[in-house]
Amino acid sequence: MCAKRVTPAQNRQVETTGHDWDGIEEYNNPLPRWWVWVFYATIVWGIGYTIAYPAWPLISAATPGVLGASTRADVAAEIKRFDDANAAIKQQLTDADLTTVSDNPELMAYAERAGAAVFKTNCAQCHGSGAAGVEGKGYPNLLDDDWLWGGDIENIHLTITHGIRNTTDPDARYSEMPKFGADELLEPQQISEVVEYVLQLSGQEHDAALASAGQTVFVDNCAACHMEDGSGDQAQGAPKLSDAIWLYGGSREAITETVTNARFGVMPNWNQRLSEDEIRAVALYVHSRGGGQ
Amino acid sequence: MTSPDTNEPQGLYAAREPIFPRRVKGAFRSLKWWIMGITLSIYYITPWLRWDRGPNLPDQAVLIDLGNRRFFFFMIEIWPHEFYFVAGLLIMAGLGLFLFTSAAGRVWCGYACPQTVWTDLFILVERWVEGDRNARIRLHRQKWDAEKIRKRAVKWVIWALIGLATGGAWIFYFTDAPTLLQNLLTGQAHPIAYTTMFILAATTFAFGGFAREQMCIYACPWPRIQAAMMDEDTITIAYREWRGEPRGKQSVEGNGDCIDCMACVNVCPMGIDIRNGQQLACITCGLCIDACNDMMDKIGKPRGLIGYLALTDETRERAGQEPKSVWKHIFRPRTILYSVLWSAVGIGLVVALFLRTEIDVNVTPVRNPTFVTLSDGAIRNTYDLRLRNKHGDDRYFRLSLTSEAPLRISLEGTDDLRVLVPANETLEQRVYVTAAPDSTAATTDRSALRLWIEDVKGTDRVYKDTVFNGKAK
Repeated sequence: MCAKRVTPAQNRQVETTGHDWDGIEEYNNPLPRWWVWVFYATIVWGIGYTIAYPAWPLISAATPGVLGASTRADVAAEIKRFDDANAAIKQQLTDADLTTVSDNPELMAYAERAGAAVFKTNCAQCHGSGAAGVEGKGYPNLLDDDWLWGGDIENIHLTITHGIRNTTDPDARYSEMPKFGADELLEPQQISEVVEYVLQLSGQEHDAALASAGQTVFVDNCAACHMEDGSGDQAQGAPKLSDAIWLYGGSREAITETVTNARFGVMPNWNQRLSEDEIRAVALYVHSRGGGQ
Repeated sequence: MTSPDTNEPQGLYAAREPIFPRRVKGAFRSLKWWIMGITLSIYYITPWLRWDRGPNLPDQAVLIDLGNRRFFFFMIEIWPHEFYFVAGLLIMAGLGLFLFTSAAGRVWCGYACPQTVWTDLFILVERWVEGDRNARIRLHRQKWDAEKIRKRAVKWVIWALIGLATGGAWIFYFTDAPTLLQNLLTGQAHPIAYTTMFILAATTFAFGGFAREQMCIYACPWPRIQAAMMDEDTITIAYREWRGEPRGKQSVEGNGDCIDCMACVNVCPMGIDIRNGQQLACITCGLCIDACNDMMDKIGKPRGLIGYLALTDETRERAGQEPKSVWKHIFRPRTILYSVLWSAVGIGLVVALFLRTEIDVNVTPVRNPTFVTLSDGAIRNTYDLRLRNKHGDDRYFRLSLTSEAPLRISLEGTDDLRVLVPANETLEQRVYVTAAPDSTAATTDRSALRLWIEDVKGTDRVYKDTVFNGKAK
């Protein structure tokens, strides 16, 4: 019963590889049988596998495999499965009145999550992944309370749908600031004066004498769009000049550059790239980042 | 190096020697029966203990709710973010095993390990169906006639039923046991329940019925780790060979106390001979002690030819001294250190358990961007708030803040400072904190801020400290 379990392997002659290092020899034991058979089995399996599944690369594509497996089709099916599962709530979002979506927690939760995904894929390139834009470079911050074209949900929806100043959508909202310096609409002296006045409007350090001269220039040339008090006009996308937020920078140099050569920020229209429910979702997402009005 | 008697490479595989443990009576066997009864009862009965858990959850005392990622243990409820409790319990289990191993060797293996307990149960069934050792050896050698087929079939069916009960009890821990039992019997349970049950039934059947001691010798890593925790003061099982040898007939002058009756070998579930010394396969279950004591009583010699003994005692006994007391083996610096660590983790967990609040809050400052400048020059920070309501009913919470510099708090999507968190749910809420233009907080890089969250009924209130990022000039 209690015989030794393993017979010691002392009394046997084992072939060696002939390698000898300081008297230490290397055995040349055969591979275990089971291992060899498993090895052969994997070869057979491998051949069968390349017949059954896409495997051998050809010029334009790989061999398709007799089972017709395709990870691309799997992904498409998976996406379709999710789309089907979300079809009802997407329809609900498309039909909803945008101003009342936030009263429906379930729909709002869906819109925020779907909108976040749409934003990170399509909007983050310019507006940043945190929606903070790029200060001074003309990419608006979507988190603050200052809006060029209106910050209520309907205006945000309109802006995303048709874009701004693009040439692909005739419904895109459009406005253009004249190049007061480059097109010689104002003398350099007048530009210096009006820049000082704008600095005064926004409560920054300025030269009072130049600024008071600049007021006349401002009323004659700028007030039509930016209003006499510099409060801007969202209907024509004219920025408010009396606040602390500057799309292209609020320094003397930056404002001089803006007046001289003007700015022309473009946003693409998304109605050809995104479906209505996606546009609505991302509009609600942007609206709920803290700046929505 | 080698003798040239054969040129054939010899296989290193040794077939398993079947083991037929004989029945034994004695103190350690009784202890093992008791432990088996208690551990199996705990395992099978626990899922059936009831505990009021409200309308939405099964009224089960011990419940692992994988769907909702919750763990319930009587009055304790653990959510996934409190998983450190489970980690702590596992650390305690580990330290406990260190403690027991360094003090008393492989007592876990010998008495409490599921492999040992279930194997014991399976051997009990085997003995009941096929008879004791000699009858089983006879049956083993017998041809496959009607008697052998009948006995094997009965044994295997009972084993299979035990296996099914084992797998069945396991799945009861994960959902409401009475409902699941009903569904299992009517074939309506989830396929995962059946699959789990059958896999566990199959492993129980194979490990308890056939693999047995091979699991301990070849599969289990614990014996190897244990070897590193045992020292010369650890209590293990030893044969007092200075008393027993030379073994043989008592009638022969000069022979020791061992009459070579093989009782210790025949009862061993691991199939070893303890007289060869302490060895890898020994699980220190003490059955050989019972068998030998029984024999010593019969031949009128003192008990204890085989006994629990530490290596240090061996030298003392050989020198004719008394062995150290058991307590001296158990209370040593090493075991005391393990006990202290074990207790420290335990006390830490209990303290953490009682310090938990009913309101559970995480506040994450949004750092992309760190702040937003508003049109009037005010500076605003955003915080992502996660609020968990662990109550069985909906609760309103009010948010407020305290800080040295004046700050204003507001919430996304509402003008109110109250939020509703439904029962047993987590709410995610964006919280805005604004510093007035050119105020201290607006122009300082970082200022401290404390967010308060209180139940509107005023029963509970917690705070979270965080920071406000200003626009440093």
